[in-house]
Amino acid sequence: MGSLKNHADIQRNPGMDLDLDWVMSAQANTSAIERRAASFGARRSVKKSYQAAWLLKAITCIDLTTLSGDDTNGRVLRLCAKAKTPVRADIMAALGMDPITTGAVCVYHDMIAPAVHALEGTNIPIAAVSTGFPAGLSPMPLRIAEIKASVEAGAREIDIVISRRHVLTGNWQALYDEMKAFRAACGDAHVKAILATGELGSLRNVARASMVCMMAGADFIKTSTGKESVNATLPVSLVMVRAIRDYYQATGYKVGYKPAGGISKAKDALVYLSLIKEELGNDWLCPELFRFGASSLLGDIERQLEHHVTGAYSGTYRHALG
Amino acid sequence: MTLQEIFDTMDYGTAPESASAALEWIAKHNGTFGHFINGSFTKAKDGFDTKNPATGERLAAVSQANADDINTAVTAARHAQTEWWGLGGHGRAKVLYALARLLQKHARLFAVLETLDNGKPIRESRDIDIPLAQRHFYYHAGMAQLMTAELADAEPIGVCGQIIPWNFPLLMLAWKIAPALAMGNTVVLKPAEYTSLTALLFAEICQEAGVPKGVVNIVTGDGAVGELIVAHPDIDKIAFTGSTEVGRKIRHATAGTGKALTLELGGKSPFIVFEDADLDSAVEGIVDAIWFNQGQVCCAGSRLLVQEGIADKFHSKLRSRMDRLRVGDPMDKSIDMGAIVDPVQLERITHMVAACSDGTCYQATLDHTSSGCFYPPTLITGLTAADPLMQEEVFGPVLASMTFRTPAEAIQLANNTRYGLAASIWSENINLCLGLAPKVKAGVIWINGTNMFDASAGFGGLRESGFGREGGWEGLRAYTKPKVQGIKIPQISPKTGSNTVENGLDRTAKLYIGGKQTRPDSGYSKPVFAANGSFLAHVPEGSKKDIRNASEAAQSASSWSGTTGHLRAQILYYIAENLSARSQEFANRIDAMTGQATGHSEVNTAIDRLFTYGAWADKFDGRICNTPVRGATLAMNEPVGVIGALCPDEAPLLGLVSVMAPAIAMGNRVILIASEPYPLTATDFYQILDTSDVPAGVVNVITGSHQALAPTLASHMDIDAVWSFSSSDVSKAIEAGSATNLKRTWVNHGVNPDWHSQNAQGRGFLNAATDVKTVWIPYGEG
Repeated sequence: MGSLKNHADIQRNPGMDLDLDWVMSAQANTSAIERRAASFGARRSVKKSYQAAWLLKAITCIDLTTLSGDDTNGRVLRLCAKAKTPVRADIMAALGMDPITTGAVCVYHDMIAPAVHALEGTNIPIAAVSTGFPAGLSPMPLRIAEIKASVEAGAREIDIVISRRHVLTGNWQALYDEMKAFRAACGDAHVKAILATGELGSLRNVARASMVCMMAGADFIKTSTGKESVNATLPVSLVMVRAIRDYYQATGYKVGYKPAGGISKAKDALVYLSLIKEELGNDWLCPELFRFGASSLLGDIERQLEHHVTGAYSGTYRHALG
Repeated sequence: MTLQEIFDTMDYGTAPESASAALEWIAKHNGTFGHFINGSFTKAKDGFDTKNPATGERLAAVSQANADDINTAVTAARHAQTEWWGLGGHGRAKVLYALARLLQKHARLFAVLETLDNGKPIRESRDIDIPLAQRHFYYHAGMAQLMTAELADAEPIGVCGQIIPWNFPLLMLAWKIAPALAMGNTVVLKPAEYTSLTALLFAEICQEAGVPKGVVNIVTGDGAVGELIVAHPDIDKIAFTGSTEVGRKIRHATAGTGKALTLELGGKSPFIVFEDADLDSAVEGIVDAIWFNQGQVCCAGSRLLVQEGIADKFHSKLRSRMDRLRVGDPMDKSIDMGAIVDPVQLERITHMVAACSDGTCYQATLDHTSSGCFYPPTLITGLTAADPLMQEEVFGPVLASMTFRTPAEAIQLANNTRYGLAASIWSENINLCLGLAPKVKAGVIWINGTNMFDASAGFGGLRESGFGREGGWEGLRAYTKPKVQGIKIPQISPKTGSNTVENGLDRTAKLYIGGKQTRPDSGYSKPVFAANGSFLAHVPEGSKKDIRNASEAAQSASSWSGTTGHLRAQILYYIAENLSARSQEFANRIDAMTGQATGHSEVNTAIDRLFTYGAWADKFDGRICNTPVRGATLAMNEPVGVIGALCPDEAPLLGLVSVMAPAIAMGNRVILIASEPYPLTATDFYQILDTSDVPAGVVNVITGSHQALAPTLASHMDIDAVWSFSSSDVSKAIEAGSATNLKRTWVNHGVNPDWHSQNAQGRGFLNAATDVKTVWIPYGEG
């Protein structure tokens, strides 16, 4: 497979005109997709030092997230500290690895300021959920204003939510226009389109919504807010990364993928990484093109890494809380 | 590699499964194995090495069985059979259940041993082969339990000789042994010479499970051992899975011996992709179809038919998927394709692909450099129907592709093959998929899926893919026979007379072909005399040409198979009505020919029988199999096609009706060869057909010599099945002749039911008149 490329030269997806023929030609056979999704864990097995290296890669792709009504400056400070030093220094030393950070921290708008303060001097981007997250039903001018305010406040990534009703009613033009307006409001900040796949009704809708958002200029497509009853799943991921592959093959632009919600085990993270490697290739195995939206995944990975180093199973209390 | 380097390259590394437990098991046997006969292992003797195809290393030495070994094994099986059957359903169920449990307890050992011996990826033996084998024993433990209640009229066939291939060694063993044992048979099984080890481990499990001595016998060796089993006079049934070539030989060898036979042979199964399919999922379907088990799968989807408009796009998706398949050490858990089973097979695949000069060949790069037997995933596009790779089974990871324009053309191309094992259909249009399923000639259809198997669903083929089903209720027919047997019938000669003077106006009996009364091609006729010696009429001497014409007429009446059961029922009742109107005439004719006074009873029973099959015509339902998928798996009773039938001699009307009615009730077209000594009932009968709205070509009647016509029927490539209830000795000729296209045969070996009894009608006849097609329809959304 060769080594990973330098990701600095990844060109931003500029989007394209809405191509409804292409959108409507997308098909997704649920049963077949479930069968393929179920095979990833069985077809690929990553062991020993390979497993440790892959788990470290997973950490660099985590959007370390707190999205709660009770978030405070202190809570965000602690989260940012964890983002800067996700793994205990002695473990990193034992693994012979240079320091790593998580891919980003992800917060609500009001928590951007404390995060900016906490992450000063690092290159860790702040992602802000936006546009009336999680339902996305606030007035359109307010949603646009929210994006602009967050970018102004220092967010380098904006996680927008789409209007699910446009998908459910097949109003692809409206979805395209909305996404395009969000992208424009983001300016230089990268935009992740949250599809809320658990509310789209079918995998076919997921495929079509993915395609429309990419056409409208999304930098990332993301499964869920974490607030729906069903969040990231392997079948949904398969559909979305296949859409990304089709878009890349047709346009030459690489769009990123972010599964969010429900991924909390190191083992699951490995399966996701192998899914990306199999379906999109090594190019996508980097924080520029792949993120986990997760809050508790890191803790499990830390325990696995300590086990790799010591040979003994670890405990939660041995690792700093995020 | 350092962790940092792995972090940068994100390679998989290796994830090897340990071979140690399997190697210890081999070492425990000192690396040599005898046969498993009558409950214990014989002393190892001269034989051959069994190797790991991934490395070429010798694993163990296995013995070659000789005639004495086979005799001992068959004798043990024969001896054990009565007691095994006598144990009762529950007793046998407990033993089969124990086997299932033990297979589960030793699952990893079986999986590792299988991969070492066969070369298939450990993932497949671990996740597919061994679990399916367990499932087969669980399922059939249940069948043993239910046999008394649900199959009250059935009994075991006796001693079964079973010969299995090397591609799914343990799974094929399970498919053979589980139903045989459940139904009270005993077995002598020969695993393939390349892959004997898991069968020998299974033998050990039999000891642990308390399988009585002699119930399971396992003999090892090459094809010569298979021949000894096939030829053994005290074996009642042969079940074979393997190549069409060998299947044909077995059909010849067993012809006329009275041995029951089921054959599961080769295939060239179509994989049909429509433009509205989920193309990425279809690509994964192909991975499961042709790159599963290195393509060494009888039902491998080796013939890709893709709709022209999306062909380039689809092929390009396929090629990039091929590049990501990992070929290599089958013991590595992250390997998609392992080793070809033996250098001989590798050479065969290499040769077949090299010989293909047409089309464009794409092969994934093999970075595996070991000395093992590896062949890359291969796609050849731009082929046409005539290319050998489109016609011949490769039995390797080689996919041949061509395009089609319309659904009708897809069906034509799909059926343009001598085989008929399986087919995979991909489209998001349910009308298209379900409409195609009955039209594709194959025993198994997968809709938006492929290579799905389960013990509760029948598996088996049509045409040169063999006959018989494994799995489900229909699979049990291969291991049971009716408790009530028929009666030995003497050869019945025609009555004789001296003068051939017409008394009254000449009424010319003719052949009935394609709805028309026709003169025989030969131009010859033969006198028929009454029992009292008086001349009755001339009947045509039917010949090969008449069979040819009748078969063409029957083939062109194919729309009969698509009519409703309700319509077929109405026509059968109408035949009965018209026969009833002329009952006196028919009774008199029968009495005149036979010299007995059975005419009236024969006519009345014939009318009764027509009602029976009128009743059945819309009631011989299929079923939905209880497979572990979200969806429906249909077992559809489909007509066999064109059936040639030699009618019983002894009951000229009732016999003919008993044969014709179930066949046409199920949607078949028939070529009936009339009772040879008493043919005039049949030639009278076509007048009834003519007035009963029977469409042209559905029933064809030919008179003539059974001995002369049987081989023509049997060897005719466009006749799908031949039945014989003749009193002439033609069973052997039919079974031997049927080897040409491996058509189904149902012959009497000189024993017929009492045509007046209930045993001469019902499910046995309906089963013979139908093939079970298994249609897997996974569904569900959201």
